[in-house]
Amino acid sequence: MADIRNNFIGIKSPNPFWLASAPPTDKAYNVERAFKAGWGGVVWKTLGEQGPPVVNVNGPRYGAIWGADRRLLGLNNIELITDRDLYTNLIEMKQVKKNWPDRAIVASIMVPCEEEAWKAILPLVEETEVDGIELNFGCPHGMSERGMGSAVGQVPEYIEMVVRWCKQYTRMPVITKLTPNITDIRHPARAAKRGGTDAVSLINTISSIVSVDLDSFSPNPSINGKGSHGGYCGPAVKPIALNMVAEIARDPETYGLPISGIGGVTTWRDAAEFLALGAGNVQVCTAAMTYGFKIVEEMITGLSNWMDTKGHQTLDDITGRAVQNVTDWQYLNLNYIAKAHIDQDACIKCGRCHIACEDTSHQAITAMVDGKRHFEVKEEDCVGCNLCVNVCPVENCITMEALPAGTLDKRTGRPVDPNYANWTSHPNNPMARQAAE
Amino acid sequence: MERLGSGIEAGRLSTNEYVSNFSDLHPRLDKHEALVAADRCYFCYDAPCMTACPTAIDIPLFIRQISTGNPLGSAQTIFAQNILGGMCARVCPTETLCEDVCVRNTAEDRPVEIGRLQRYATDIAMETGRQFFERKAPSGKKIAVVGAGPAGLAAAHRLAVNGHEVIILEAREKSGGLNEYGIATYKAVDDFAQREVDYVTAIGGITIEHGRALGRDYSLSDLSTEYDAVFLGMGLSGVNGLGIEGEDLSGVEDAVDFIAALRQAEDKATIPVGRRVVVLGGGMTAIDAAIQAKLLGAEEVTICYRRGKENMNASEYEQDLAASKGVIIRHWLAPKSIIGKDGKVAGIEVEYTAMADGKLAGTGETGIIAADQIFKAIGQTFSATGLGALQFEKGKIVVDVQGRTSIENVWAGGDCIGHGEDLTVSAVAQGRDAAESINSMLAAGSQPASAVA
Repeated sequence: MADIRNNFIGIKSPNPFWLASAPPTDKAYNVERAFKAGWGGVVWKTLGEQGPPVVNVNGPRYGAIWGADRRLLGLNNIELITDRDLYTNLIEMKQVKKNWPDRAIVASIMVPCEEEAWKAILPLVEETEVDGIELNFGCPHGMSERGMGSAVGQVPEYIEMVVRWCKQYTRMPVITKLTPNITDIRHPARAAKRGGTDAVSLINTISSIVSVDLDSFSPNPSINGKGSHGGYCGPAVKPIALNMVAEIARDPETYGLPISGIGGVTTWRDAAEFLALGAGNVQVCTAAMTYGFKIVEEMITGLSNWMDTKGHQTLDDITGRAVQNVTDWQYLNLNYIAKAHIDQDACIKCGRCHIACEDTSHQAITAMVDGKRHFEVKEEDCVGCNLCVNVCPVENCITMEALPAGTLDKRTGRPVDPNYANWTSHPNNPMARQAAE
Repeated sequence: MERLGSGIEAGRLSTNEYVSNFSDLHPRLDKHEALVAADRCYFCYDAPCMTACPTAIDIPLFIRQISTGNPLGSAQTIFAQNILGGMCARVCPTETLCEDVCVRNTAEDRPVEIGRLQRYATDIAMETGRQFFERKAPSGKKIAVVGAGPAGLAAAHRLAVNGHEVIILEAREKSGGLNEYGIATYKAVDDFAQREVDYVTAIGGITIEHGRALGRDYSLSDLSTEYDAVFLGMGLSGVNGLGIEGEDLSGVEDAVDFIAALRQAEDKATIPVGRRVVVLGGGMTAIDAAIQAKLLGAEEVTICYRRGKENMNASEYEQDLAASKGVIIRHWLAPKSIIGKDGKVAGIEVEYTAMADGKLAGTGETGIIAADQIFKAIGQTFSATGLGALQFEKGKIVVDVQGRTSIENVWAGGDCIGHGEDLTVSAVAQGRDAAESINSMLAAGSQPASAVA
């Protein structure tokens, strides 16, 4: 059996599946249920400074987009940080940690960007004996209008400054949560590292308007006819999150900085992908909010069964394994040639590959052969773009097959060159230079 | 009345049983069901379903319109090709047409529910009374349509759209043809056939005269003289006889009459049915009669068909439906004689059949099935008069691909023509296409004879 115990910057949990700071972790009741269901850890919903808590809207807080059969693909929210009293949260956190010593509890914090504010709250959190803190520099709605959340996360200098204060005023490990609402994720990550953070977690939600009510012309969720941008999350954001995690994992300046991966993790497979791109563990929210806490059972068994099948014994065997394979476009091997291949036995003859290729791409798939409905790749026209694979409704019906070195590429009329060659040395590149190898 | 009373009796069931038995076979999908069903459509390229549809409805498009919350647009897509799309959604043997070729059959042996989705969209449009077509400016042309069945209505609608004035001459009391008189009750409930006629004729420019029978009240040559063009859309009014002993006995009836009577009866309890019923035939009429005899409370209903299951004209789906209602379907049995007692049917003698040297022949082995009612459903014939010198072949009117007959300015479509397929949807296609042909002819004729120098 694979060992999926997680040690993330010294914080131990029985598995790498944490619940992200969000509604599911707002109070003891939910967190107790999560731990009973098997979650390895939680990041408690963001605490604000002492005093009257924030208030939430009293109308809808969430909006969504759906796929076929109303499968929830993307969720957007305008909820703020915890709207419960600070001490109520702290007392509950302390009790839950006592009840569940083997599980990870990390406190998410968001207070004004002033040294005194951070200095004041850190000892209070430390007293609860939770395992660490996460700095919420990510929330893109509401709190950002008050100079917190993503308003901090969008200014690398502020990130560095606040992280430095935290490292100065607490012994607890510090995780800096990053906002994706920036141009280049590497800059805030580098700033967090300069400030001394123990880890980064990402992504927080993406600024979004999820839909517009075409009767009232109000954005959704609609509060008395008006809407405000919210934070977007769920399966739809996973590709954005994976890229940002990889960018940090392979950036020489932040290489090796522990990453807690967040963004659309819904299945064990999503989690494994985050780990492969350099995440030390993952945080989940939308999947739990869609299906309840039980989904962690699928994640745990799915991950360990896959690890067993592949012979991976611990999470360290997986983490970062794909990072070395993420590269710049200019280094991709231009001598690698693949062609689509349609398995005629699996083909159901819907013709979507044909029309996608015919209308929008390279006219490389037949519709009719010898007067019969027949879809077949014309190798002489196929550039190997993979669009047909992506639009085919049958899994593995269309596959991309690499041409072995030496075989003829019918499109170019040239044999496949066995040697690696990229754009940097390509004759068409006006700035061609010798390959960096 | 006793449930198990012998002989042919009405009122075998309770009121609730009648209501339940003759309610909508497949109620309309609700919005959620429709969206789930629509989501299964792959929006195929050059979709096989579209090719299989005799009226070539753009099925992927209308389903996509449903899935995007645009049922009216969906209905428009359907009606553009088939103005009787509402009835076709109910009666089409989709399992042998569009749904038979759905690629989902290959993927998972279960097609997209095209028929039910079509009903969803067309019902919504018809209930809102939304009309999608506007008449062109009046052409001043008058066209006679004989028969207010599917072919005639489809032709009339398309002609009216093109600005022509249409007079439909219908022999029966009501319009709709087989849609009104020949469809099993549970397939088109709530007087749908009449509502559809109203929807079709709401375009304007269509007058229907009832009780006007060709050959009795007027002849084709009368119409040719009076109108700019004529479309013949008559059904099959003759019923094939058995030609065996006992056929005249009380209790031997034509299945089509039974089906028509059921459709017209407000209260199904007034329709008598035997305790033991035998239906002779292998087509949809046989199935419809057998199922409805069972639904009226017959204890035992047996379909006897003289060939094998694979030869039956009734679709597999219809056969299964009959079996699910408790109808027994027996193959390779031909009627030999009808046995009477006191002038009434008491049973039927049947002979086993087999193929011998490529021909169907009796084996000599016979048996008797007890019955107090026998329905004949062994085919109908075209038996119109008043058609003058119109060319026929095998008892049906000869037409070309455009529906033109051997007489100038006379078109025909539906069951009365040679390659009629005995399907509502085919009749609609033929009526529509004949109307287009008539329209082209009239348009060409109205061109000013120009002598451009």
